[in-house]
Amino acid sequence: MQAEEKFTPQTWPESPEKATLEGKNKFLGFWLFLGGETVLFASLFATYIALKDKVPSPDHMLAKDLFELPLVFVMTMLLLTSSLTSVYSMYHMKNYNFKKMQLWMLITVILGLGFLACEFYEFHHYYTEYNHTFTSSAFGSAFYTLTGFHGAHVIFGLVWMILLMVRNAGRGLSLYNAPKFYLASLYWHFIDVVWVFIFTVVYLMGMVG
Amino acid sequence: MSTIAQKRGFASTVWDYLTTVDHKKIAILYLIAGGIFFLMGGVEAMMIRAQLAVPNNDFVSAGLFNELLTMHGTTMIFLAAMPLLLAFMNAIMPLQIGARDVAFPFVNALGFWLFFFGGLFLNLSWFLGGAPDAGWTSYASLSLASEGHGIDFYALGLQISGFGTLMGGINFLVTIINMRAPGMTYMRMPLFTWTTFVASALILFAFPPLTASIFMLTFDRMFGANFFNVAAGGNTIIWEHFFWIFGHPEVYILILPAFGIFSEIFSTFSRKRLFGYSSMVFATVLIGFLGFMVWAHHMFTVGLGPVANAIFAVATMAIAVPTGIKIFNWLLTIWGGSIKFTVPMLYAVAFIPSFVAGGVTGVMQAVAPADYQYHDSYFIVAHFHYVIVGGVVFALLAGTHFYWPKMFGTMLSEKIGKFTFVFFFIGFHLTFFVQHFLGLMGMPRRVWTFLPGQGLDTGNLVSSIGAAFMAVGVISLLINVVITSVKNERVGNDPWEDGRTLEWAISSPAPFYNFKQLPLVRGLDAYWLEKMEGKTTLTPAEPIGDIHMPNSSFVPFVISLGLFIAAFGAMYHVDDKAWALPVLIGGLVITFGAMIYRSLKDDHGFHIHKEELMEENDDKGVKA
Repeated sequence: MQAEEKFTPQTWPESPEKATLEGKNKFLGFWLFLGGETVLFASLFATYIALKDKVPSPDHMLAKDLFELPLVFVMTMLLLTSSLTSVYSMYHMKNYNFKKMQLWMLITVILGLGFLACEFYEFHHYYTEYNHTFTSSAFGSAFYTLTGFHGAHVIFGLVWMILLMVRNAGRGLSLYNAPKFYLASLYWHFIDVVWVFIFTVVYLMGMVG
Repeated sequence: MSTIAQKRGFASTVWDYLTTVDHKKIAILYLIAGGIFFLMGGVEAMMIRAQLAVPNNDFVSAGLFNELLTMHGTTMIFLAAMPLLLAFMNAIMPLQIGARDVAFPFVNALGFWLFFFGGLFLNLSWFLGGAPDAGWTSYASLSLASEGHGIDFYALGLQISGFGTLMGGINFLVTIINMRAPGMTYMRMPLFTWTTFVASALILFAFPPLTASIFMLTFDRMFGANFFNVAAGGNTIIWEHFFWIFGHPEVYILILPAFGIFSEIFSTFSRKRLFGYSSMVFATVLIGFLGFMVWAHHMFTVGLGPVANAIFAVATMAIAVPTGIKIFNWLLTIWGGSIKFTVPMLYAVAFIPSFVAGGVTGVMQAVAPADYQYHDSYFIVAHFHYVIVGGVVFALLAGTHFYWPKMFGTMLSEKIGKFTFVFFFIGFHLTFFVQHFLGLMGMPRRVWTFLPGQGLDTGNLVSSIGAAFMAVGVISLLINVVITSVKNERVGNDPWEDGRTLEWAISSPAPFYNFKQLPLVRGLDAYWLEKMEGKTTLTPAEPIGDIHMPNSSFVPFVISLGLFIAAFGAMYHVDDKAWALPVLIGGLVITFGAMIYRSLKDDHGFHIHKEELMEENDDKGVKA
């Protein structure tokens, strides 16, 4: 099957992301890349656990003083929902329904932006209210590095999806761009999974001690 | 697009290499860049040995000595050994599995340019206020206290080149999983391909911890973070853990491909199939797995406690088992073979006792209580040079001679090659054997000088003389390369006459599309099988058809250049220079802009048409 070929919903292959050799390679390569990313985040998690609440003097805020679960709950819901909408988007991609795929991806992006806004507010809040900063303590460095790496991944994913949507808006689906959309969605799921761990390890475990 | 090579000017050749995505040309780039860094690391080593040749020497200052030993280690591991192995992986592995290119030719080029700019950045430190001076391990409390920008060069340079290596690893994994020729099952892959596969998996999982810890070091030094600053609640042991979680698999990333090269050489020049092929594969995978389980044996004296030390001691000793399997398999491959002592075979035979000596001292250090005596002494220096030089560098020299015809189409002189071997082999043992005893007598590693009359004088002098022998060996190899290139006597597809694997079935160097028709692989040592049946070519698995090829691209160079520029901004940001932040942002804009350009601009590649391939067949009678 050629990347440039034109399709109808009837002739569109079942797994368009893996229908060409390029697609197959990208699919596998990206999974392996996510494996490496997992190790990267595992390292940051380990560092965070080792440095949690490690502050130079008692007047610094600790995890249990800082975190507010209602905000984090909203963030979690936004991101989890965005993962679901990206699944819908891929569902329509596999059915060769370009418009609906774009629509659901747009919703994914909007939810992601909502998450990002909350995270900016959260960081700003810690900076101004509690003087909990990147440089104030080892705890601060580890916290902002872990959540910041995740946030940077969110930004990267959002830019990626927006560019894909804009670039392909006028020309519909092909076997050349189907793997690209699929990988962006895979990346988005990965970001979501990392957040589930951040929610558990940083916020929930932060509240219980 | 014509497939016929044309005579071209110098500028267009340079442009061709700057934009190439062909794995064979990228291999040559890796070989040249890695070779230059190898020479720089070698010069640093010679200066270290010159300083230590006699007691109370002041050939270099103590501060410069620290920079030299740091840069020697860092350069040799990250910028010489690994890229040189990547050169052979790039040049040979796709041919061995019967592929037309790697899975991601663009990413392959990107990996090279990231490595190159990272290495360049690191070495610019010599001219911009001093090189890093905290050892190649750069332990955090020491590296945080280091003044100037040396450690910043280390952190940013290694970060950039590390990204490149990671991409190379992913690329090779996908290539081997997805792009094998019909009939090339996993258990028919040549051992060099297998070791490339396992080493790539190690790269994939070992580099991210290094990435993470280098980010922390960068943040601590340049952006005011406190990961390793104990006064602010930090913990310096975190660096040690991450460094060695990366660092130990790193030595297997180096030695496994070396094992692969030797396995090919042993079976080729014993003219026998590799003894115990499946146990070799098993041992390779097991070494790769155990490589992640032993990092804390570098930290026995840190004080992790007897339980942790005992567990890591036992795990470390366990690695001797699969390594032993390999040693015996090589011996039994030679046994009863019809042996030809070519230059690569000489290195292979010399490798066995040299590497075993390094392995034995390794098991000695695995005994945690005894390691308290060896730790930070010249005994350690002797040990890791026995495994890295006696293993990896021997393999690189052997591989250079062995694969030179496949990469360049000419044969290195066997006569000069033997001269190189003799000097390098004798020099190597002269240099490092005596260091075991220097260490046991109490000479600490990384020491700038020593006092006379403590029993260290003779040993150090012998060691320095040995280093000079090795230098003579390396220089003779360079002369060999020049003479061979000037003579330019072209060779056929199988210049060693006993090639066993697919790469020897196609012309030297291979055509840019590698295989006109993908070969049908009918067993282990596919080309040997065909030769034994009296054929000279491989059995094709497909009719001649159009071949899809990727387009060249300048984007990998630009992406890497952007990070290189950004690194300067990040580094001088500390000095409150007004231009630093714009440079940092500008560099990142270049990098991400180039990535976006790559993402948005369609690149479908091109096709070599069937007719062109047929024509070429008539012109030159090239065999597929």
